Amino acid sequence: MSTPESPVLRPQQNRDTAFFWEGTALGELRVQTCNACGALRHPPGPSCPECLALDRGHVVVSGRGTVFSYVVHRHPPVPGKELPILIALVDLEEGPRMLGELVGVADDEVEIGMDVRVDLHRVDDDLTLPTWRRA
Amino acid sequence: MSRTLSGKAAIAGIGATEFSKESGRSELQLAVEAVRAAVEDAGLTMGDVDGLTTFTMDANSEIAVARELGIGELRFFSRINYGGGAACATVQQAAMAVATGVADVVVCYRAFNERSGDRFGQVSVAANTQVNTNGLDNAWSYPMGLGTPAATVAMQARRYMHEYGATSEDFGRVAVADRRHAATNPHAFFHGRPITLEDHQASRMIVDPLHLLDCCQESDGAQAIVVVSAERARDLAQKPAYVTAAAQGSGRDQFVMTSYYRDDIGIPEMGVVGRELWRQSGLAPADMPMAILYDHFTPYVLMQLEELGFCGRGEAPGFIADGAIEIGGRLPLNTHGGQLGEAYIHGMNGIAEAVRQVRGTAVNQVQAAASSHVLVTAGTGVPTSGLVLSA
Repeated sequence: MSTPESPVLRPQQNRDTAFFWEGTALGELRVQTCNACGALRHPPGPSCPECLALDRGHVVVSGRGTVFSYVVHRHPPVPGKELPILIALVDLEEGPRMLGELVGVADDEVEIGMDVRVDLHRVDDDLTLPTWRRA
Repeated sequence: MSRTLSGKAAIAGIGATEFSKESGRSELQLAVEAVRAAVEDAGLTMGDVDGLTTFTMDANSEIAVARELGIGELRFFSRINYGGGAACATVQQAAMAVATGVADVVVCYRAFNERSGDRFGQVSVAANTQVNTNGLDNAWSYPMGLGTPAATVAMQARRYMHEYGATSEDFGRVAVADRRHAATNPHAFFHGRPITLEDHQASRMIVDPLHLLDCCQESDGAQAIVVVSAERARDLAQKPAYVTAAAQGSGRDQFVMTSYYRDDIGIPEMGVVGRELWRQSGLAPADMPMAILYDHFTPYVLMQLEELGFCGRGEAPGFIADGAIEIGGRLPLNTHGGQLGEAYIHGMNGIAEAVRQVRGTAVNQVQAAASSHVLVTAGTGVPTSGLVLSA
């Protein structure tokens, strides 16, 4: 998938977000949870916007969701991708929303509301990306 | 002294380079040429300038511009973040500075070789690798393959179509209006080249549902704007364009181009700007004979009309039908041709057009604008800004 000419775009990480990427490498789709009020949150951050607690953990979610919106990217080139690609914004059944490439589906078959499930795609030793497939 | 900015400052000068696809000179030279032209337009000299403000993204520092122009001591310099969302906010910064006496003559500028140099339409590896919270935010989109402005907007456009029944033709009507206006503007890149809705529909898909003609140009060029106190503006060379309102806005759970995690993935930050513009000015959408709405991508023009209160949520497709946003319609938009038709100078060329309309010197003049008001907005999908300029 990656070539020297078109390197994969790697996510910036810090101590607030590393748990997510450690999770995908282990085969888990993790979402931040507030240990004080229980609110789920994605993308993650150091604080809970609901109760302002700094005490956070994570849950492993089911990986099931529905398509909230999607695009078909045709131009211009995207490093590490063979175009066109579909990218979906997915409402997880637990609530939070997450972006990812939608694979194994033709662009004329996608529709908003379609059920999808996560497929963690191992790019290399350092990166595993969440992608989505029709459920 | 009332606690409002309204009416305390004015735009006294505007200046630009030509708008092209390859300027053939440095970005700093473009900045210098535009600032010089704007100061001369105002009837001022470089020695009068004591403030400079620009975008965080601009590659030309205030001190570099000052050095080249022989501007001596600066008393005020500032930069606004968030890409094109900065445009109207540079004027807000300048207006606050001159209204409070912090500075007397502030020049706002934006200069780039955005077509022949670093093209914003491409995937920005730098945006993905920057070591700050913006880079961390981009970790949730760029590595997933969503890494161009068109792609991020397409995600919102698709949802907007789904929720309100809007069509690609509705987006296309914005491009047709802009290109009609550009066709009669000699400074526009697309001078003499209007398009039809059929042309829009036939243009290639970039990121479905956006066609090529839903996306603005990439341009080389520079634009500068001189801001002074309202009192001083009355003694200068040009008819003042008074700053009746100047606002910034950011929404709840705001991101840069990927505010996808709130219930409504529209552009509520423009609603923040709109409410503040109407509060400061005491005016309403019905008082605007025309507007310059930031048009890097056509769907955002529809969403802006709704957020600014010209029509209800989901009603923009009906609002813009039948030539309503073209010259002669009930609300002409982007009379210079916008960023789809004139040039993409990060919204600053739109502010200049609003000034020409207030002066009564625009190529596609809306007569009522020269005796009333023009609304201008800045970049959408990002924390943004807006102005109401008045005769």
